[in-house]
Amino acid sequence: MKTILLKSEAEHVDRQIFSVSDLTRNIRFLLEQNFSGVWLEGEISNFKLHTSGHMYFSMKDEEAQIQCVMFRRENSGLRFSIEEGMKVLCFGRVSVYPIRGQYQLYVERLEPKGIGELQIRFEQLKERLRKEGFFDEARKKPIPYLPERIGIVTSIDGAALHDILNILDRRFPTIPALIYPVQVQGAGAAGSIAKAIGDLNELRTCDVMIVGRGGGSLEDLWAFNEEILARAIFDSKIPVISAVGHEVDFLIADFVADLRAPTPSAAAELVVPLKEELETQVLDGKARAAQAILSIFEVEFQRVDELRKNLQSFVGTFFKFQKERFLTLVGKLEALGPLATLRRGFSVTLKLPDGKIVRDSSQVKAGDNLRTSLSKGYILSQVRHTG
Amino acid sequence: MSEQQKEVPFETALKKLEGVVQNLENGDLSLEEALKQYEEGVRMADLCQKRLSEAEKRVEVLIKTDAGKLKAVPFEENKEEGTGKKKKK
Repeated sequence: MKTILLKSEAEHVDRQIFSVSDLTRNIRFLLEQNFSGVWLEGEISNFKLHTSGHMYFSMKDEEAQIQCVMFRRENSGLRFSIEEGMKVLCFGRVSVYPIRGQYQLYVERLEPKGIGELQIRFEQLKERLRKEGFFDEARKKPIPYLPERIGIVTSIDGAALHDILNILDRRFPTIPALIYPVQVQGAGAAGSIAKAIGDLNELRTCDVMIVGRGGGSLEDLWAFNEEILARAIFDSKIPVISAVGHEVDFLIADFVADLRAPTPSAAAELVVPLKEELETQVLDGKARAAQAILSIFEVEFQRVDELRKNLQSFVGTFFKFQKERFLTLVGKLEALGPLATLRRGFSVTLKLPDGKIVRDSSQVKAGDNLRTSLSKGYILSQVRHTG
Repeated sequence: MSEQQKEVPFETALKKLEGVVQNLENGDLSLEEALKQYEEGVRMADLCQKRLSEAEKRVEVLIKTDAGKLKAVPFEENKEEGTGKKKKK
């Protein structure tokens, strides 16, 4: 059978002979005819981004692989970067690269398989920024306890602004705020917000800022996942509170921000304390300080009081003692006094028999008996006449 | 003096006040020291109260002038029924 076939081939007079180019062209024609618009699912391997901007890689599964090329013109529209092992869907045409005699898929579109393109982009940027230290807790700035002035970067006619102003008004009616209107979705939104953050840093009239918008689809919120915005928040000297209305997923801006609030209202709640609470706190502190200083004084007063009492009773005792001593002395003096006088030549005359001191001659009459004390001894005498 | 006072942030003043209260309430201070602390506490409380009683609310919005510079002008929320109108000028 085999030999017969060979024989018939060899005997074929009208042999069709291809040049390499011709055959290649034919093969290429066949392939392009049949595989001009195919979707190919597989895993990326051997990915290379050439300096020309073209991408070269293989698509493979467990048993086979196909060479792929995606030219710059097509791949410039990709919003995520391609990684080894990534599961993707490619759309393109199969053709031949004549120089190498290689068939390959010329990819026109490439989509991540499983998770969405935006999601992939998000994860990749997040990972990169994490490595750059954008999310480090250590570099996050503290939010002022009571801001001097709050910057609000959001859309001028969004619900977010309305909500923020309402809450600020309720919590701290006199807190100053400065609104920087920005575009919060669509192309250019991220740049617009980033510029606002930069401008507020230059103005330096706010000491904290809320950057946000109300909720929306992932596409609507996409500005808050852009690198340019992440960098602006990271570079801001003024603490930034991210306030995008979404409860479930975090955005890149949330990770970079110094504080993340789940909604614009929540950001306003976080940024100012309740005014009444502060007032109470201050009044309370003042009252307690006064009470404390009063009781300290009271203790001191009591101590002084006790000291005074002690002193008084000491003085009392002292005087009592001194008085007694004085009296004793006086007594002694009294006792001693007349004697001293007598010694100087004076005498004391008493009328007998009652012993009254005679100070006046009218006290006596002739015939009275007198006793005169001298410094030494006494004289008894009788009055002969007075005058 | 008032310039200096302005520079004490509210939080610092409040913390100092609380510290004074604690020190006084612990009561291990000499009378002189207690008085000094008390005076400081009152000063801080006054600072806080001054900040709390400050001014009217000022909500401003930045607009671009013809020269391309940013300028803050008073902001009024117009489609507002309550809070927006309440702000006095």
